[in-house]
Amino acid sequence: MALLEVKNLHASVGGKEILKGIDLVIEPGEVHAIMGPNGSGKSTLSYVLAGRDGYEVTEGSVQYDGQDLLALAPDERAGAGLFLGFQYPVEIPGVTTMNFLKTALNAVRQYREEKPLDAMQFLKYVRERAAMLNVTDDMLRRALNVGFSGGEKKRNEILQMAVLEPTLAVLDETDSGLDIDALKVVAEGVNAMRTPERSMLIITHYQRLLDYIQPDHVHVLANGRILRSGGKELALELEEKGYGAITGAEAA
Amino acid sequence: MTRNVTKLHPFADSAPASRSDDPTWLSALRQDGLRRYRDAGLPTPRTEAWKYTNLRRLSRMLFQPVGSSVEDVSVPEDRLPKLDAYRAVLVNGRYRADLSRLDGMPKGVHVSGIADVLRASPAKLEPLLGRLAVHEGKPLADLNTAYLDDGFCVFIDDGAVLDKPLHLVSIGASSGTDPVCFYPRLLVSAGADCIATIVESHVGDGAYFSNGAAEIWVGAGAVLNHCKVQVEGAEAYHIADTAIHLSDRAVYDGFVFQSGGLLARNEVYASLDGEKIECRISGAYLATGKQHIDNTTFIDHVKPDCKSREVFKGVLDGTSRAVFQGKILVRKDAQKTDGFQLNKALLLSTGAEMDSKPELEIYADDVKCSHGATVGELDADALFYLRARGIDLETARNLLVAAFVDDAVGEIQNAAVREAVSEMVQAQFAMRNEDEIDE
Ligand SMILES: Nc1ncnc2c1ncn2[C@@H]1O[C@H](COP(=O)(O)OP(=O)(O)O)[C@@H](O)[C@H]1O
Ligand SMILES: [Mg+2]
Repeated sequence: MALLEVKNLHASVGGKEILKGIDLVIEPGEVHAIMGPNGSGKSTLSYVLAGRDGYEVTEGSVQYDGQDLLALAPDERAGAGLFLGFQYPVEIPGVTTMNFLKTALNAVRQYREEKPLDAMQFLKYVRERAAMLNVTDDMLRRALNVGFSGGEKKRNEILQMAVLEPTLAVLDETDSGLDIDALKVVAEGVNAMRTPERSMLIITHYQRLLDYIQPDHVHVLANGRILRSGGKELALELEEKGYGAITGAEAA
Repeated sequence: MTRNVTKLHPFADSAPASRSDDPTWLSALRQDGLRRYRDAGLPTPRTEAWKYTNLRRLSRMLFQPVGSSVEDVSVPEDRLPKLDAYRAVLVNGRYRADLSRLDGMPKGVHVSGIADVLRASPAKLEPLLGRLAVHEGKPLADLNTAYLDDGFCVFIDDGAVLDKPLHLVSIGASSGTDPVCFYPRLLVSAGADCIATIVESHVGDGAYFSNGAAEIWVGAGAVLNHCKVQVEGAEAYHIADTAIHLSDRAVYDGFVFQSGGLLARNEVYASLDGEKIECRISGAYLATGKQHIDNTTFIDHVKPDCKSREVFKGVLDGTSRAVFQGKILVRKDAQKTDGFQLNKALLLSTGAEMDSKPELEIYADDVKCSHGATVGELDADALFYLRARGIDLETARNLLVAAFVDDAVGEIQNAAVREAVSEMVQAQFAMRNEDEIDE
């Protein structure tokens, strides 16, 4: 059974239709990449999957792990193993990264019917994962994303993924704004998370990230529709010919 | 009976007659207070300073003056900040040595009831009592003075160091069904170069009116932390006036936490009457249901080279209303004044309302003064971000609201007090959430 099955998904924001019939099937353990020009609806798709208010599904369905994903609240989706790495992580003054991670992990553990970790166990658990992503203790003590550089924010997103150990991770432009060294750190973090069960949907504007994270399938999204799907060679073709060649007149 | 029929002055009729053994200055002080109160009457919204806080309901309540002291009262520990502290207690404004715990108080710190000091050594009080609280336009402080015969009296000698916070607990207790009114009084004389932390808590049960007045003298070079926790009972009225006098190089760190009462107004006046003073008055307030919570501050920069700072944060729910009025006066001689004021309120419901009135009055030319006020709602992006990590809506809201308030609580300098207040904020939210579930 597929982990995620998106059928004919239409979604509007503020009364304007952005997604115009998306079909997408992700099997357990698969890594899919969605590429597309700015404004094509990539982030909209990720928000619809995560359940953000104001993103109205007008047609179609999303099955996740055998249940109707769209019927769940955002926190329930996270509890069911869905993770969204934000293109623009939100700054939250007054809530330390550490406290946030602990609250989130214990919330998700409760969904999984696991006992909450105590302070000592949690510290060890986070430090192991933080070390891999060069996230310092200082970052963990600071207010969530407040004053973080672009690279720090993205590393923090991947740390959250590593802490929450999702079944399906949707990573929205985790590569944008990163220099090549930071990109490698992030890619290594993502690759370390790959297992035969865990699936990923990597949203990116550039082919660059896919040099480091090898996808099983690549989809080209333009103007709210998937125009082409293929293997990882499709990413290279996009890189060579540009979006215009594939999307034709539809790319703005 | 009244010279002006439009003025209301309830509460005045039962003002105590002076006893024959009272010093004459005290009788004169009381009479003066009563006269001023009668002349001014209870403030109405026509008075600029009371534009946003209406006492009409209060004026219609039939409060009884407290009779003989209430015996069977215990200190409601679970509603007070958790502190390792010395403790002194007032019940309905009367000092209660039996409920106080002052053992081991360091040398040079003297805590007692005002009534006891008036009996034993009234001359000590004459130059201090009523000298700060009396200034124009404070009819309710005047009313308190009309009733003056007990309260907290704290003397800290020059150079003395208080090793633990002093917790002053004022308990309101209605006897029987009649609501009572009482007049808690606080006098603090902090000598030169002393160091002390004082926490005032106001708590109680039933309908009552606590009309307090505090006078705080802070000597040259002294460091005084002063935190007030107002967690009065749900039917209580709480009005309090605190007047602070600061001398050269004094450091005053004040904080006001308000979450109790049906109607509460805390007014602070600080006179920076010396050079190189640091005065910080911050606060947090949580209002819900039909509560009305008012914070009014007046920082009076009299002399040069002083700093003042105010950070207030409030969270309003239900159909509650909150008021922040902050006046900063920089007098002609107060050159190089550095003043900062901020009030931020978070509205959790559409029925809640905030009135914010900052006021800068500057007569010196070389000053740095800024103020800001914002009223907003919870950040939807932040809420979604937390929920996308599995955190349920209620927890996410609480986390954001607590973070918002913590910013102000962080202004409290004494770590133990800061933690205790932070815990109280959390406890208030937890309690309110339970109430919502019950409904
Ligand atoms: N909150 C919003 N309100 C109105 N239009 C929006 C909103 N968010 C996105 N859009 C529009 O939806 C389209 C797709 O945006 P988005 O999903 O962010 O694209 P991408 O992530 O591919 O760059 C764009 O035309 C954008 O202007
Ligand atoms: Mg995007």
